[in-house]
Amino acid sequence: MSALPLPPARVLRWVGPLLLALVALPWVVEPYQTTLFSYGLVMAIAALGFNLLLGYTGLLSFGHSAYFGAGAYAVALIVKYLKVSSLEILIVGGILASAAISALFGFLCVRYTKIFFGILTLALSQVLWSLAFKFFWVTGGSDGLRVPTPSLLGTHIAPGEDKMTYLAHRYYYYVLAIFLACTAIMWVIVHSPFGKALQAIRDNETRAEFVGVQVWHYRWVAFLVSGTYTGLAGALWVPLNGLTTPDILHWTFSGEIVFFTVLGGFGTFAGPIVGAIVFNYLKTFAVGYTVYWQMFLGVVLVTMVMALPTGIMGMVARLTQKWRRAPAS
Amino acid sequence: MAEGARVVSLLTTSKLTKYFGDTHAVDHVDFTVREGEVLALIGSNGAGKTTLVNVISGLLQPDSGTIRFQEADITGASIHEKIARGIARSFQLVNLFDQLSALDNIALSVFSRQGKTRRLFALADADTEVRDEATGVLEQFGLLPKARVLAGGLSQGERKLLDVAVAYSLRPKLLFLDEPTSGVSTREKAPIMDIITQVVRAGGITAVIIEHDMDVVFTYCPRIIAMHQGAILADGTPDEIRNNEQVTANMLGTHRHA
Amino acid sequence: MDTLIVHVLTSLLYASVLFLIAGGLSLIYGVMRIVNLAHGMLYAFGAFVSAWAVGLMATRWPVAALYTLLPLGALAAAGLGAIIEPTLLRPFYKRAEEYQLLVTFGLLLILADLMRLLWGPYPLSASQLYESLGSMTIGDTIYPNYNLVVIAVGILAAVGMWAFVYKTQFGVVLRATSQNMRMASALGINVNRVYIQAFTLGCFMAGLGGAIIVPSQGAVLDMGVDALIMAFVVVVIGGLGSLEGALVGAVLVGVVREIGITFFPEVELAVLYLMAAVVLMVRPAGLFGRP
Repeated sequence: MSALPLPPARVLRWVGPLLLALVALPWVVEPYQTTLFSYGLVMAIAALGFNLLLGYTGLLSFGHSAYFGAGAYAVALIVKYLKVSSLEILIVGGILASAAISALFGFLCVRYTKIFFGILTLALSQVLWSLAFKFFWVTGGSDGLRVPTPSLLGTHIAPGEDKMTYLAHRYYYYVLAIFLACTAIMWVIVHSPFGKALQAIRDNETRAEFVGVQVWHYRWVAFLVSGTYTGLAGALWVPLNGLTTPDILHWTFSGEIVFFTVLGGFGTFAGPIVGAIVFNYLKTFAVGYTVYWQMFLGVVLVTMVMALPTGIMGMVARLTQKWRRAPAS
Repeated sequence: MAEGARVVSLLTTSKLTKYFGDTHAVDHVDFTVREGEVLALIGSNGAGKTTLVNVISGLLQPDSGTIRFQEADITGASIHEKIARGIARSFQLVNLFDQLSALDNIALSVFSRQGKTRRLFALADADTEVRDEATGVLEQFGLLPKARVLAGGLSQGERKLLDVAVAYSLRPKLLFLDEPTSGVSTREKAPIMDIITQVVRAGGITAVIIEHDMDVVFTYCPRIIAMHQGAILADGTPDEIRNNEQVTANMLGTHRHA
Repeated sequence: MDTLIVHVLTSLLYASVLFLIAGGLSLIYGVMRIVNLAHGMLYAFGAFVSAWAVGLMATRWPVAALYTLLPLGALAAAGLGAIIEPTLLRPFYKRAEEYQLLVTFGLLLILADLMRLLWGPYPLSASQLYESLGSMTIGDTIYPNYNLVVIAVGILAAVGMWAFVYKTQFGVVLRATSQNMRMASALGINVNRVYIQAFTLGCFMAGLGGAIIVPSQGAVLDMGVDALIMAFVVVVIGGLGSLEGALVGAVLVGVVREIGITFFPEVELAVLYLMAAVVLMVRPAGLFGRP
């Protein structure tokens, strides 16, 4: 039996070309497309974090906007008050802020199950959202806070340089590197003994308790990791967006995170990544198409849960199974 | 257990009581388990057997009375504490991690016992020590061919065995088995009980088995405790129990046996 | 003394509306064991329908007649519920709870935009109904008479629900199904029909809550989610599945909120969440709930 839980060879065959494509992207498409894809990668990081809770621990949170927003606002506030422009420092700040908030909120939420857990996460994120308005002199209220392009590893954007090109090249690679690192780390986490314990809790909470796994401790740690990943995504998102507003603390954004994770397939490791990237394009299309894109998302979500609950990756898995069996029959 | 050796009391309950509303599910039970024993807990439905085990194992808190394990008072201890002290249990309605493989189910027990479930940045499958131990346990229980099968996909007999194996992998001193052969065809009962008793004896584990099938009970258990309406009715060898009028009146008459 | 009376009345006002929303939620859960995340949207829907009907007829009918339009919100919400249950919820009763939550969340998104589509992004008001009843003086304070109407409706609803659940034939069927669905089915009760009726009734209550509050507060797009969260605080305290719990919880929340607003306006929301958290820790089933 092979020791390492690597994906089967037929999947690994794709990794090389995929990496190549990801690296070559800015040279092949126009800057707008690369930047759009960067948004997708950032959301993919958030999705990875979210799915640690949903797919692996069995906890459905409706309040993940709180951690994304914590990371984003931490970056904006550090820029505003400490005049820092180094992205590295900003990221650390974002991670610390979202870790602190998820530690606190997690402590409050993980004692409860399913529906109460869901509503509590929703309620806490709404509290944070309302605070962003209440303390408008700090957070800029509904106008939000502008964030100038930070320096990456010490290199600043040149005075005359086009921001779009900067984002499409250097920022894209920065985000890509972090995304790949995050994916690798999450892969290890879900395949670790800790990850197995989480899955046990998901499958049978009582039995997990009876093999000595203290359920709520593990749920809390999962919550902490999950929130921190999402906060990191928020921190990376702000320079891309140039601005942070209370919208990303609102429950509708939490809904988007739930949506794209389910879209991609919350039962697989790669599903959330695929879902986030696909959703990014879906939303861009929908927003351009109609003001009522939320309804569109709702309809797609309901349809998916009814007809395709395993998401895109679930469907891919089923189709590839059929194709592989076809020649024999 | 060697004949004539000092009999050590492993677990003792004193006036243990649990109410459900007005009903005494467990009624001031004084119950002792001696080290190395394999004893059966019998009684008709509602006699309080499962509730007693639920209280001792920590799923429920008693309303009054005490539980002592190896001279320590564990009455108010949490499930986690009781497991750490060496008490484990299997379940009547199979409780497994259905989306994990049989091997992973056992491995989880082992990881937990070794305190390794705290590790986030190590690959579970790379831990050969744990994998080997888990494989060994599966072999002892005759489940090795199904190592990679998801627990949800096993047959009922296999699931019952795996349920016991998961508890066994905690290397407990005292193991409660809640109806390990229920829901299984008569043909399969003996093989399952053979494996269980073999494993339990080899490991020096003290076992308390809740059972309804009197054939199983008389064959495998040198000591039998009969419960009725929350209290202990009788406590003795199979012969003593068979000849006990109260027991036969209350329970054995309702069971079909050869 | 007079200010005390005003505070009590305001608490009861809030409690009345909360009881309708939370009671509906609890009833649905008690019978069907499902939680509809979009429940708050039915409250909002009721508010919007009533406000829209009033606005439509405002220039043509005398104010007194406009009051008859308020129940339309409750009926519309009930109708919407009758459509939702068989189409969106029934397929999920046998599936994992996550899917129920996801589908009702999708419904929440749909209804949120549906209301924006039907009535635009701006609030609708029916304030003429609020003002036309005038007000009375309690000590130094002017207290709107309409609020007493709301309280009266709340009390009537509580009594009506109690009578309905405990004194009618349908109530017996409802309670039987909620306690043991399989047994009820074995006895010949058409469980599907009971479910749709229970769900419709729960939505009716939520819609009624929206309808009676709209003259005083208007219909605003975000009112649904806030209502959902508050309704949950109530059912946490009172116990999910219990109407008495919804009543007691609603009164408690109403009182605490009133105290909070008066003395600690900044932390009002936090106190309510704290209360819910304490109850969840001490008695997870709520005061009247079934564990």
